[in-house]
Amino acid sequence: MPAKKPKLAVFKFASCDGCQLSLLDAEDELLPVAGAVEIANFPEASRRVLRGPYDIGLVEGSITTPHDVERIRHIRKECKVLITIGACATAGGIQALRNWKDVKEFTRLVYASPEHISTLDRSMPVGSYVHVDFELRGCPINKYQLLEVVNAYLNKRKPNIPAHSLCIDCKTKGNICVMVAKGTPCLGPVTQVGCGAICPSFNRGCYGCFGPMENPNPASLSKQLKELEMGNHDIMLLFRGFNAYAEAFRKESDAHEK
Amino acid sequence: MVIIGFTHFDELLSALRKRDYTVIGPVARDGAIALDVILSASDLPKGCHDEQQPGSYFLRHEEDEAIFGYVVGPQSWKKYLYPPRLKLFSAKREGKGFEIVSDSATPSPKYAFLGVRPCEIGAIKINDSVFDGGQYSDARYVSTRKDACVIAVNCTRPAGNCFCVSMNTGPRATHAFDLALTEICENGTHHFVVDVGSELGQSILEDVTHRQAEKNEIERALDLLSTSAAGMCKSLETEGLPQLLNDNYEHPEWDDVAKRCLACANCTMVCPTCFCSTVDDITDLTGDHAERWRRWDSCFTSDFTKIAGGNIRMSTRTRYRQWMMHKLAHWHDQFGTSGCVGCGRCITWCPVGIDITHEAQHIRETSISTINS
Ligand code: SF4
Ligand code: SF4
Ligand code: SF4
Ligand code: SF4
Repeated sequence: MPAKKPKLAVFKFASCDGCQLSLLDAEDELLPVAGAVEIANFPEASRRVLRGPYDIGLVEGSITTPHDVERIRHIRKECKVLITIGACATAGGIQALRNWKDVKEFTRLVYASPEHISTLDRSMPVGSYVHVDFELRGCPINKYQLLEVVNAYLNKRKPNIPAHSLCIDCKTKGNICVMVAKGTPCLGPVTQVGCGAICPSFNRGCYGCFGPMENPNPASLSKQLKELEMGNHDIMLLFRGFNAYAEAFRKESDAHEK
Repeated sequence: MVIIGFTHFDELLSALRKRDYTVIGPVARDGAIALDVILSASDLPKGCHDEQQPGSYFLRHEEDEAIFGYVVGPQSWKKYLYPPRLKLFSAKREGKGFEIVSDSATPSPKYAFLGVRPCEIGAIKINDSVFDGGQYSDARYVSTRKDACVIAVNCTRPAGNCFCVSMNTGPRATHAFDLALTEICENGTHHFVVDVGSELGQSILEDVTHRQAEKNEIERALDLLSTSAAGMCKSLETEGLPQLLNDNYEHPEWDDVAKRCLACANCTMVCPTCFCSTVDDITDLTGDHAERWRRWDSCFTSDFTKIAGGNIRMSTRTRYRQWMMHKLAHWHDQFGTSGCVGCGRCITWCPVGIDITHEAQHIRETSISTINS
């Protein structure tokens, strides 16, 4: 353990705060973390803000405004290690659904005085503006993965965060595959592991909260979904969820859009 | 051979428990057959019959009383012989290094495996050669296996993806069991024709009400088993297969299968002979306490082939090829047998229904002789 505690800061962009809350939710485990790092900025937990530079920056949320772009560039300069947390920061989030539409139309519909709204055309992942050192997937993230990545940083070891399919965890948990045994559409075979296979454990198909796995093959999965009598529109919607703008899912949903 | 009537089946379970066995057997759960602890005959799946096709599994429920009227589900005995996650040791920091706290590996209970199918006996024999065959042996596997009692069940009906006849492993168990049962459930009869395979099996049998089997009862059991063998729709032509695959290392079929394969690793998870694992070293926040955990891994993951300097199998094409060639070709060099016992699990539980027998047959029919690169 280094003599001087590393400074950890949490930054928020366009998001629901659910990922930050995952860290707060890790009550039992949070105290030792608070003892091991100096929490320099954590809007959901404390109003105290310490000045940078920071050793670890955790970034939640997607980049949606010109101001966000300035801010993330500044944050990148302030953080030695930058870790994005959650589907918003790693893929643009659910709000990236607007990337398929004209954002001006939305602002006209939603706001009384749309002329005051300054926004980018698209909701983008942090990684499309600055270099990201590590991505933590999920909507929301898994608190154990977050603790693992902080733990690994503190102990200067590789985090145990695999990038393979969800199916491996689903099978090692002893679940019965919902796709094979029930014909329920499941994104597990193209989705990165990390949630603990929650949905298939409750007899539901995976929604892809953790985004595309390492070399995913969504086209082959879609073909099988068609065999299960899923139509193009439903396949398009299935891939267009929390990680809609992650490249592999985006391309697959586009391929099924009429 | 002897007969145990269905009404005395619970005595078999009591006889096992009396000998301190934890009985593991098939249960119907979430629309399929899984393996779990069995306390009484009523835990076994009554009137359940499986229909298996590539990428599809369906459990039918009928009125009959058969308790073994289905074959293999997605799980296999490897779940107990080498669990999916296992703590290998814990360690504590001592000066600049770590000291291993060696008493951390939890010993497994003494298992009685009930309902082991003939192909699974083949798989367990293969597991033995992997974990207890060579220079290195896995102490936990060896002790779990040595203590295990095997109650086999012969298959009077194969499922749609079974091809044990080709692999010479079924549908009748011939060795490596303590007791082997053939369930007869027809025309008002419900009993088990029992083969005794060991002294342990004989002593267990002493505690269960039984009688000598009549000639016609034995013949009926053998009849059902030969009909089962004859009714197997799937097959794998094994003649010269290792050489054939070696000659077709660059066959275009590997590209074709890569278009379909999801690299999801379901096939390796369900295969009763796939044994690969990786280890995770974990620490607490202080870094003073560490643990090493072993978990099942697969040749379909990228980390699996990451070595210093890069990854030696970047594409799904090379990963599927590795998997299939290991099973059907390299296993012979490594362990002296095929790595496939013909249970059909990888075919049923592949979400896109990739069929190892079709892939092999296609390569055979369109074989190109290439020089191994
Ligand atoms: S239920 Fe979904 S995640 Fe689980 S094995 Fe089947 S396809 Fe994979
Ligand atoms: S492959 Fe043969 S031994 Fe195995 S379950 Fe099927 S019929 Fe039984
Ligand atoms: S390769 Fe497939 S058929 Fe052969 S033993 Fe493994 S799971 Fe069974
Ligand atoms: S063969 Fe099937 S089960 Fe195996 S990795 Fe490919 S898609 Fe998954």
